[in-house]
Amino acid sequence: MSIEKYRRNFLKEVEERVEEGHWVKMCMQCGVCAGSCPLGPHWEHTPQKIFMMIRAGKREEVLTSDSMWMCTSCYNCIVRCPRKLPITHIMHGLAYLAKREGLVPKNQPTAQFGQMFWDNLVKTGRVNELKLSLGMYFKDGFGQGIKNAMAMQSVGLGMMKAKRLNPMEIMGGHGIKDKSGFSAMLKKARELEDARRKLA
Amino acid sequence: MAKKQYSFYPGCSSQSGASSSNYLTSTQSMVKLLDVQLNEIPDWNCCGASIGYAGGGELPRVALSARNIALSEQHNPGQEIVATCAACWLATREAKERLDHSATLLAETNEALKEAGLVFKNEAPAARHMVEVLIDDIGYETLKSGVKKPLEGIKIAGYVGCQTNRPFGIDGESFENPMYLDKLVESMGGEAITGYDQKVTCCGGALAFSEPEKSQKQIKDIIESAYDHGADMIVTPCPLCQANTEIYQGEVNKRYGTKFNIPVTYYSQLITVAYGGSAKDAALDGQIIRATKLEEIAGK
Repeated sequence: MSIEKYRRNFLKEVEERVEEGHWVKMCMQCGVCAGSCPLGPHWEHTPQKIFMMIRAGKREEVLTSDSMWMCTSCYNCIVRCPRKLPITHIMHGLAYLAKREGLVPKNQPTAQFGQMFWDNLVKTGRVNELKLSLGMYFKDGFGQGIKNAMAMQSVGLGMMKAKRLNPMEIMGGHGIKDKSGFSAMLKKARELEDARRKLA
Repeated sequence: MAKKQYSFYPGCSSQSGASSSNYLTSTQSMVKLLDVQLNEIPDWNCCGASIGYAGGGELPRVALSARNIALSEQHNPGQEIVATCAACWLATREAKERLDHSATLLAETNEALKEAGLVFKNEAPAARHMVEVLIDDIGYETLKSGVKKPLEGIKIAGYVGCQTNRPFGIDGESFENPMYLDKLVESMGGEAITGYDQKVTCCGGALAFSEPEKSQKQIKDIIESAYDHGADMIVTPCPLCQANTEIYQGEVNKRYGTKFNIPVTYYSQLITVAYGGSAKDAALDGQIIRATKLEEIAGK
């Protein structure tokens, strides 16, 4: 595979294959990102560590880390970084590469939810919140799904009462008109990006 | 032309029966009262939001926003795109910025758009958030002059959150302590909790749904600080901030043994009520935690 040529140089691979990856070499290891991240206590590796690990060639450790999936996209790291690295986007890019390389930790819930979100929006052009919620509840099977739905019952009922969750959305719900043009556009976009980033 | 007109991008969560449908209803009432016209972008699609990165790489996500911008250029030529949702605004603005800066991305995006019979001409001005229209195009003084029912006696914590504040933010505001929500509250005659220290704290974003055990601490801190400062209500410009801090208050109470019950509203609901709109106009029936003080003023 073409990625073989990168094996001995992970930084180069990140520069070419990860969204905004060319910024990684600019990190000066100050740690402001790590200190600013709201999910900081839950990161196995902070962005600061991830950047150092990339430069140290630790491909496997970086791409199998579940840290990138803990990014809530709050952009605190970006606005505080003294070197203006687009850290949020690099984390998203690393997460996406990990997914494409099949290295995401098994059952990482945010990775699963993110994929469900994407599949959901691709289908009709707009997000169907009811199907997305049910998909998340039932991702680990029917029994667990019922348990999850029961546990969140009061939340769901409150939402329905306020007319902010419509059970009829299960029938299809909102969507765009030009679904075929929309799918063709996304298919082409993916092909072009895959070719440019050498994603199989 | 008397009316100010904008090309409007409402976003998925604002649609009928979706989690921030009360945001759209109150926005529509608000703009009517402010004599602003919103022209919805025909056949707009989802922006990919902040969790879309998991399933779509950079180009597919940029294509999502580029499609909306292209449709806006085609149907609402010359009009600025205005979004009410923080993520919609951010994604649209960011896509345009990337397309402005990369010829490769621009060429590839247009190749993809061709499949949908569209072209990104890059004629549309940068996307704006609805609060920018209020602050920059209308202004606090003008907003204040139209108040019919001042929100007297309501203490309101302005929760700005992340994506309306970062990475772009509102022009002239600081990332660490933006003041515009406080100023909007005061313009409507309410009492802003200016010492509210959690106004830019992240609500946990999509993790509130996928990894609640990690994100509920964020939500707790945001609500707790509002309580500690004596707030009657929280106000926010972001649909996900609103949803996470209102919907999960019960879950936070279960996890932390707290007894929070504080309404979380949108600025559009405050303005609609202060401008004399009814509780229904302000979509106060869409609250899960009733905003009773606001309902009282609306009913006066």
